Amino acid sequence: MTRKEIFLTAAFRENSIWKQILGICSALAVTNLMLNSLIMGLGVIFSLGLSSLTISLLRDHTPRSVRMIAQTLVIAAYVIIVDILLKAYLPQISRQLGPYVGLIITNCILMGRLEAFASKNPPLDSLIDGIGAGVGYTLVLLVIAFVRELFGFGSLLGLRILGDWWTNWSIMVMAPSAFFLLALLIWIVNKHYYRVK
Amino acid sequence: MMDISSFLLFWAAIFTSNILLTNFLGMCSYLSVSREVESSLGLGVAVTFVLTFTTALNWLAYYYVLVPLNIVYLQYIVFIIVIAAFVQLLELLLERYVPALYYTLGIFLPLITVNCAIFGVSLFMVIRNYNFLQSIAFGAGSGLGWLLAILMLAGIRSRLKEKLIPAGLQGAGIILIITGILALAFIGFSGVAPIQ
Repeated sequence: MTRKEIFLTAAFRENSIWKQILGICSALAVTNLMLNSLIMGLGVIFSLGLSSLTISLLRDHTPRSVRMIAQTLVIAAYVIIVDILLKAYLPQISRQLGPYVGLIITNCILMGRLEAFASKNPPLDSLIDGIGAGVGYTLVLLVIAFVRELFGFGSLLGLRILGDWWTNWSIMVMAPSAFFLLALLIWIVNKHYYRVK
Repeated sequence: MMDISSFLLFWAAIFTSNILLTNFLGMCSYLSVSREVESSLGLGVAVTFVLTFTTALNWLAYYYVLVPLNIVYLQYIVFIIVIAAFVQLLELLLERYVPALYYTLGIFLPLITVNCAIFGVSLFMVIRNYNFLQSIAFGAGSGLGWLLAILMLAGIRSRLKEKLIPAGLQGAGIILIITGILALAFIGFSGVAPIQ
């Protein structure tokens, strides 16, 4: 596979959320605002890309028996960097995201990509695969957040879009809408992208 | 320190701010293990047990080790290691002394280490400044809330087997819709005991 194919496969055909149903927790929790989703997505792209690179570099030196704990520690190290950066430069968003930045560590997407790709492939390919999977994840988050923020707050990325006549749908801010929208997205993707019959 | 009784927090963690239905934690094993009521019950009991103890242990680790040494930024790594070590220890002890329980719960224990509900509850405990007793109540309540959610889903899923579902919605899609309806029902509790 060329590098471009690796990227596109990781981001779309094997998208971790709609195809593999992994990493749902944060995909649902942070999507009430687009800005939060974007920051969360960037955090995942950063930590997934770099931990893929690191694990791939270490892949010949890690005994198989300790590879899970090695992967967890590598991910945790990068997530700590993300967390510290957010606390320092974007303290308000860091507070809104709350525990979900730390929860990137137990996000199944990261372990999944490391186990399935980075532990078997050369460093540069792994980096691209990691970034691709992160981009696919971010796109799904942004799509869901787009709907939730538009209908829930009448705004996009914090900018007021809908006028005074608009009444916010408070259901869109609350938990159930996240479940419904993700289900709807999976349905649409299955029908029109994978053409499931 | 938050001024809220542990007893109230315990009930609130089960109903008003259910760890799965309002905070979306523990989705992976919720989606994959909920096929049968029996295994859901097993996993739920194991989660409740581990959650109660690891929240207590992580509280002690945070306030008696990390804070005095001024290394709070290592909390993620310490929490993960505490959880993994506790689960491993539990597995060894169960196998040695209560083999019957080990054979029913044993297969679920490795799954728990990567269950984000366990890790998430410890993080919530730190962010919301709970004291020791509140943390235990919150841990136990969250575990029971998770057990309740997965049991309900398993019960519904067992009746779903012979129903006609649109092709694209089969699998994850329909489960997410059911979970959304459950979450909608749980919003009804939200006025009863606010915790945030």
